[in-house]
Amino acid sequence: MFTSFGRYILLLRLSFRKPEKFSVYWGEVMREMVSIGVGSLGIISIISVFIGAATTIQVAFQLSSPLVPASVAGSIARDSTILEFSPTISALVLAGRVGSSIASQIGTMRVTEQIDALEIMGVNAPGYLIAPKIIGGLTMFPLLVIMSICLGITGGYIACLASGDVSTADYITGLRDGFLPLTIQVAIVKSIAFGFIITSICAYQGFYTSGGALEVGQSATKGVVYSCVMVLFADLVITRLML
Amino acid sequence: MIEIKDIYKTFGDNEVLKGITANFLPGKNNLIIGGSGSGKTTLLKCIVGLHEPTKGEVIFDGENFTEMDFEQRVPIRKQIGMLFQNSALFDSMTVEENIIFPLNLFTTMSKAEKIDRANFCLERVNLKDKNKLYPSELSGGMKKRVGIARAISMEPKYLFVDEPNSGLDPQTSIVIDELIQELTAEYQITTVMVTHDMNSVMGIGDHILFLYQGKKWWEGSNKEIAHTDNKELNDFVFASKFTQAAREKL
Repeated sequence: MFTSFGRYILLLRLSFRKPEKFSVYWGEVMREMVSIGVGSLGIISIISVFIGAATTIQVAFQLSSPLVPASVAGSIARDSTILEFSPTISALVLAGRVGSSIASQIGTMRVTEQIDALEIMGVNAPGYLIAPKIIGGLTMFPLLVIMSICLGITGGYIACLASGDVSTADYITGLRDGFLPLTIQVAIVKSIAFGFIITSICAYQGFYTSGGALEVGQSATKGVVYSCVMVLFADLVITRLML
Repeated sequence: MIEIKDIYKTFGDNEVLKGITANFLPGKNNLIIGGSGSGKTTLLKCIVGLHEPTKGEVIFDGENFTEMDFEQRVPIRKQIGMLFQNSALFDSMTVEENIIFPLNLFTTMSKAEKIDRANFCLERVNLKDKNKLYPSELSGGMKKRVGIARAISMEPKYLFVDEPNSGLDPQTSIVIDELIQELTAEYQITTVMVTHDMNSVMGIGDHILFLYQGKKWWEGSNKEIAHTDNKELNDFVFASKFTQAAREKL
């Protein structure tokens, strides 16, 4: 475990060495931002709307009491979405979509000697392959999470409109009531941390793949599993530190 | 000139290379031959720095490559072209982009100059007008030729070739061998080629190194190989009845 951690740190250090030519690396960063950000819009939109809707209906069901104001459903749905559902569930979904893609892409390049070809040319392979992916993750994950929060809250509104469990006026009152900007900061810090964890762990797993197609699949699986576990651990640590 | 001195390479408990010393002749085709598992590809990877030798030195024109760090190796690596066994073309790039890739990173050429250079390299390997194809759209022989075009795009001083004939039909193998021989002569490149194809050995082997069980077992030219009394080399070269019959006619 310590050996793996040491290799991971060394790989990160190599990844952020001075690029051979900035313009080529910049192009790669842009490509990764599009792949991670635009490529994940669909799945993040779908899960956010449904999770926001389901959360609102469940909160309304659990707090249906004459002693509790109906607007509480909006407040709880808002905080749950901002603090937990949008950053964490989005990260777990992105670990599957983005992480497996990174690990299998780099792993395939390793087993087909494309990484060796880069090294023979004198290219810093970790820098060329990994750094743009990490930068793409660090910049796109927060944007995806902000979008996810907006859509999650919209999903809750649609659920209120469709089910009638809570009136839309009560839901909006709840959304506005007792809002703390700190929760948005927590969500953004989480999303940046998760972006780094997913892209770097999956890139590490892919980079040290050896063997053939079977091992590429195993690297992708390991990348997703390890990054999901680390995302949940980081979630706990950030929550404890910031709240 | 490339010199290797007392190269050892160990993977765990498995000692693959056991003290190999040799010189590779400049401007010639230097072939490393040997049976499967004899350490040919490992030796090639040690020379180009993809594996670090456990012990020993690799020297490019008097400069000790093994003692250099990544940054110090870059100027030498810019003089190296390599054709991999499976071509190792970048899947996400077109043929043209594959050839231009090292030019993008290491030269200040304009876009037009880079495209001209790519066209020249493709023409040189008889693949004119294939610029916009992706590697997945090419046959095995075409991939090898694109690999060669990419390897020569930076006008290398040293060309390393790992089993260029594997998976190719005999005719295409000969085309690839002839191409490597022509390029070596034309640009005075020092070519180091790993192969166990006997047509390549007899056809283009200016200088041959025979490895056996991780050691240098024999060294000579393709003219000398037919008349050697080295038992292991004879067993390797004349393994088939066809080559035995051909030898008797010599």
